[in-house]
Amino acid sequence: MQSTFYKKDKQLVFEMEEEIDEYSVQNIKRRMDNEIQRYMPKEVIFDFSNVSFMDSAGIGLVIGRYKLIDMIGGELKVANVNLQIQKIFEMSGLLKLIPVECKNKKEVQYD
Amino acid sequence: MTKAFDNEMKIEFLSKSQNEAFARIAVAAFIAQLDPTLEEIADIKTAVSEAVTNSIIHGYEGKVGIVKLVCKIVQNEVFIEISDTGKGIENIEVAKQPLFTTNSNLERSGMGFTIMESFMDNVEVESVLGLGTKIIMSKKIKTNSSQEKRQEMDISEDNSKELINSGVRGEE
Repeated sequence: MQSTFYKKDKQLVFEMEEEIDEYSVQNIKRRMDNEIQRYMPKEVIFDFSNVSFMDSAGIGLVIGRYKLIDMIGGELKVANVNLQIQKIFEMSGLLKLIPVECKNKKEVQYD
Repeated sequence: MTKAFDNEMKIEFLSKSQNEAFARIAVAAFIAQLDPTLEEIADIKTAVSEAVTNSIIHGYEGKVGIVKLVCKIVQNEVFIEISDTGKGIENIEVAKQPLFTTNSNLERSGMGFTIMESFMDNVEVESVLGLGTKIIMSKKIKTNSSQEKRQEMDISEDNSKELINSGVRGEE
């Protein structure tokens, strides 16, 4: 998982791992929390462009980070989710809290 | 109608969470012979991942045990059995409810059964406290013309195509 912080906009972008499940989530959770607490961003974007698989562990991951980001007064957005991930997010009711964007600042697109 | 299985495979593996990926990829590879759509593969992989995670996290609670996975094919229908000899589920109806989790402080979403039920055609849970849990789920693979599927592969990232493709289920 890669992350980039854009100082000007206080925006933190995470490029999510290819496979998000119980196993991979254990490793990335703490790293994400550390980065968020280090940069105290205004906006955090989870970019799902490279994600080929996600199960319900992904819901827990997003909700957990949402709480932390909300606590520090930031905003969380998810970007570039495919149909499968969208279905899982919809089922969880997460989309009522978190906006889904098709693009992020780097203009990543489906191709 | 006789229900002889057309094909069948069995795997047993330790209850380690790195095996979740192994289990779902093994099932995906096995069912490839039915020529499923990408969406069907993704649905089945997700359901398998949820069931295996349940066995590892809840059945064995991090202890080492064996998870059994059986996958059968009958015509165009896939049957998947995932079982453990872990602690079992106290109340299946309650466990199945969306957002139910025994462990909310660990960021479990409680969506496992909901995802299995919505991604598969049928999900049955058998569980005995102290003895273990078995999940049996099935899904029919649509029998589209393979031509159509090949086209779908070409534009695999263009998911809008899969929406259009929500046609008839396999009939016989």
